[in-house]
Amino acid sequence: MKALLYDATLCIGCKQCEQACASENHLAYDDKVAAQETTSAYKYTAVVQRGEAYMRRICMHCEDPTCASVCPVGALTKTALGPVTYDGDKCMGCRYCMAACPFGVPKYEWDKLDPRVRKCSLCEKRVSAGGVTACTEACPTAATKFGDRDALLAEAHERIKAEPGKYQPVVFGEHEVGGTSVLMLSGAPFATFDMRTSFNEELPILTYRVLSRIPDFVGLGTVLLAGTWWITKRREEVAAAEEKEKTHED
Amino acid sequence: MKTDLLSLARHLRPRHLLLALIFGAGAWATVLRFTRGLGASTNLSDQFPWGIWIGFDVLCGVMLAAGGFSLMAAVHIFHAERFQPIVRPALLTAFLGYLLVVFALFFDLGRGDRIWHPLIMWNPHSVMFEVGWCVMLYTTVLALEFAPIVFEKLRLERPQRWLRALSLPIVIAGVILSTLHQSSLGSLYLIMYGKLHPLWYSPLLPVFFFLSALVIGMAMTIVESSLSARNLGHSLKTPLIVDLGRIMTVLLAMYAVLRAQDLYHRGAWREAFRWGYESSFFWLEIMLALLLPFVLLSFRRVRKSANGLYLVSVLIVAGFITNRLNVAITGMEASAGVRYVPKWTEVAVTISIVAAGILIFAWATKHLHIFHEEPAAAAAHLGAVPAAHAAD
Repeated sequence: MKALLYDATLCIGCKQCEQACASENHLAYDDKVAAQETTSAYKYTAVVQRGEAYMRRICMHCEDPTCASVCPVGALTKTALGPVTYDGDKCMGCRYCMAACPFGVPKYEWDKLDPRVRKCSLCEKRVSAGGVTACTEACPTAATKFGDRDALLAEAHERIKAEPGKYQPVVFGEHEVGGTSVLMLSGAPFATFDMRTSFNEELPILTYRVLSRIPDFVGLGTVLLAGTWWITKRREEVAAAEEKEKTHED
Repeated sequence: MKTDLLSLARHLRPRHLLLALIFGAGAWATVLRFTRGLGASTNLSDQFPWGIWIGFDVLCGVMLAAGGFSLMAAVHIFHAERFQPIVRPALLTAFLGYLLVVFALFFDLGRGDRIWHPLIMWNPHSVMFEVGWCVMLYTTVLALEFAPIVFEKLRLERPQRWLRALSLPIVIAGVILSTLHQSSLGSLYLIMYGKLHPLWYSPLLPVFFFLSALVIGMAMTIVESSLSARNLGHSLKTPLIVDLGRIMTVLLAMYAVLRAQDLYHRGAWREAFRWGYESSFFWLEIMLALLLPFVLLSFRRVRKSANGLYLVSVLIVAGFITNRLNVAITGMEASAGVRYVPKWTEVAVTISIVAAGILIFAWATKHLHIFHEEPAAAAAHLGAVPAAHAAD
């Protein structure tokens, strides 16, 4: 499983990653777009600044992605390599992925008549060909690194151990919503960027717990309803027969 | 021609003007939606992707259609024959409701032309997938349940007999599908853990949605029977309404207890007593759906009168519409970080759909054999047994 490690303490806010992402995905990029601190259908990654601290906004590529779980037509998929990809030909535009994603990642082409969901694909094409993501390649300070998740996670913990004063004591993405393929280190508290740590439950299980019971429910429900029909009908027949007998006796 | 127009003008009533206004706005909104896209025709955004087209048109639309399956179950499975006379209006509401929900989906879906995709592209892990299938299957079931009423009008004997033979499996399928679907609209929000406000987020959401749908099924049937009794001049079956009111009260009490227990166990009741945006909408919902109805129902005079039950039912319907909108909108705003107020286009489409629903309902009650008594004699004369009667 591949992953991205972003070390915010190394980030200088140059936005080379944004630019590289835009050209990789054929998105228009200018000063106006650069000034936006949120992602959109026209900007898949954004560098956010709070005081002296930086943070990247990007799809987290969850191990068990909420978006893929909720998509009724399976337009979103977690690939074996790590990226969560989107198939615009399947999508019917229900936007459940947008409503459900715990990181608010999927964005929509609101101005189009055939809108698609847009988000970072972890440069799936490059990565499956053995390459690294465009943002990794462009980063001048190695704040963004690409590699095997296990190795990157170990490295992240080593960095924290080596300089505990410099880092927050958690690797964001190690456990969040069951783990993600994007790992983040930060000097400033993650809450500064409205990022909730210790949010560790895998969300898809919440709905799957209910959904997985449907076949049993259908079977049992059918028998129960048919049985009720049978018994109440019988009761009625008996009542009718008794009524008839009674009138007969009279 | 000129005289035609004049006589037309003479027949115009304020309500006609109102309808023209509503449908005019709806038509203009439709043009905007399908020429300029979702962004220009709604106040939806990346932060707030679901608005009233989901919150009202779908969540409330489906809820308001719940009378069909519960009364079909009462009459055809529990053999509570006395409810027979109100099965048909409930069935009409359900069928119409589902058709309008599907119609409304074309507005909300980004790619309505692909509404059939879940048929061949499966993701059984998705509640939305289940919702899609339930809507398709249950709309089909409702068409089959409603068909006898149309066949009867057209005096088609043979298809009536076929449907009669199949009626039990159809009714059972309808009850199962409705149970799944009503509850799964609540399940949609189970995955929004940490997003939906704790006053509404609960692992019991599917149970709440199902139970309240049962209540609304009864309430809507009472409202419709009363309204059409007033407008169409057929007599109201007061004892039936009172019976229905009794069942509704018990179900509502169950809902109230379950809701209170849930708030208590999750520690969310504290949120209710913290003054704010969410808590005020919460109390509005509780006031309309539970407090006022129970106060009114505590009077024997209300419980025993069709008019009193009509008033209570209207409150309950309004209360649960507020509940659905709270789940879909109020409860989602804080986590989204934006306030969502629907654009006029969204409101125009929604009101037009509601108005169309009312018009079609009125039309159908006039031309089909929906409310029992008046044309019954005529039907009997033709030897056509009302199919709902003959279903068992």
